[in-house]
Amino acid sequence: MSAEDLDVLKKEFAAEVIGTKEFRGEHTITVSLAALYDVLAYCKNSLGYNFLLDISSLDHFGDDPRFEMVYELATVDDKKHLRVKAPVGEEESVKSAVDLWLAADWHEREAYDMMGINFTGHPNMKRILMWEGYPFFPLRKDFPLAGRPSDMPDVAFTGVAPLEGGPFVTSCGTDDVVRREPRARDQK
Amino acid sequence: METTDTNQTFAAYDSKIEGNVIITKVDAAMNWMRKNSMWPMPMGLACCAIEMMAAACSRFDLSRFGMEVMRFSPRQADVMIVSGTVTYKMALAVKRVWDQMPEPKWCIAMGACASSGGMYRSYAVLQGIDRLIPVDVYISGCPPRPEALIEGLLKLQRKIEGTDAVMEQKKELLEDLA
Ligand code: SF4
Repeated sequence: MSAEDLDVLKKEFAAEVIGTKEFRGEHTITVSLAALYDVLAYCKNSLGYNFLLDISSLDHFGDDPRFEMVYELATVDDKKHLRVKAPVGEEESVKSAVDLWLAADWHEREAYDMMGINFTGHPNMKRILMWEGYPFFPLRKDFPLAGRPSDMPDVAFTGVAPLEGGPFVTSCGTDDVVRREPRARDQK
Repeated sequence: METTDTNQTFAAYDSKIEGNVIITKVDAAMNWMRKNSMWPMPMGLACCAIEMMAAACSRFDLSRFGMEVMRFSPRQADVMIVSGTVTYKMALAVKRVWDQMPEPKWCIAMGACASSGGMYRSYAVLQGIDRLIPVDVYISGCPPRPEALIEGLLKLQRKIEGTDAVMEQKKELLEDLA
């Protein structure tokens, strides 16, 4: 089902499609940012994807364009799923999908709060988890895990967490219990 | 007036009601009363709060120790049980509730998160509530079992017994007077 939708989308938006991918029955289409909103609208209005499961964003730090938006579309009867991606440069902003799916409201605010991606046409574009005035975007790759100090008197402050040599990560995929034990990356 | 053993009268002492007289120190009496009716302020912020609720329920029954009166108004509470992850967004609210509690007041950091930030070594979590308010008892565990919370409260009772009822428990008042 979704595979046929990919063909339809490829025909409809020929020049704007960057690539498609199938992995274990999941279908993904990557389109240019300029066509993103039109593709989403087409998915909703013509292909029947009336349910927005999630919006997330990726930070490909060091690459250009740096960010990538990911939309997970589905139908209410759960018959088909489609993932729509679009690369977003650091200075670019994304057209909001709130007028297509109301569910996009908080998801887009989260993408803005955590990643610093701007949305145009959003009815209430402000932070959702951190407070207004927090100066960083904490899920960016160049933001340290331990955090950075900040202070807004009477609102909130943040500090740097002691990592004590961490983060401690496990090596998955090994059968050896000793090697699987979480440890700091450099003390192999 | 002549009195005999069987017909004795006393001015201010009714032997029928006040059979036993106990002599003690004011400090000890006050501490005894305080420690046996500690009203907790349940600052339930995350998963640990579930265990705190369990501790108050019938299976573990905090009321055996006089601590079942969870007060959601800080002005009526004696001991704040910080149970859960204190995010920076919540931190000043916790501090504010603490500031609204009248003295004498105590604080229990329940669980790894409230004591030290726990597993959340991250930008969003205060690394221990003791960075904002003084903590009397730390309870380890993630989450601590209800028995551990009860043990912590009993530890706090021991602590109260050993402190001076005014000089050590009314510090803010003394500061205001000074
Ligand atoms: S110490 Fe563990 S159980 Fe308690 S709030 Fe933290 S993560 Fe949850």
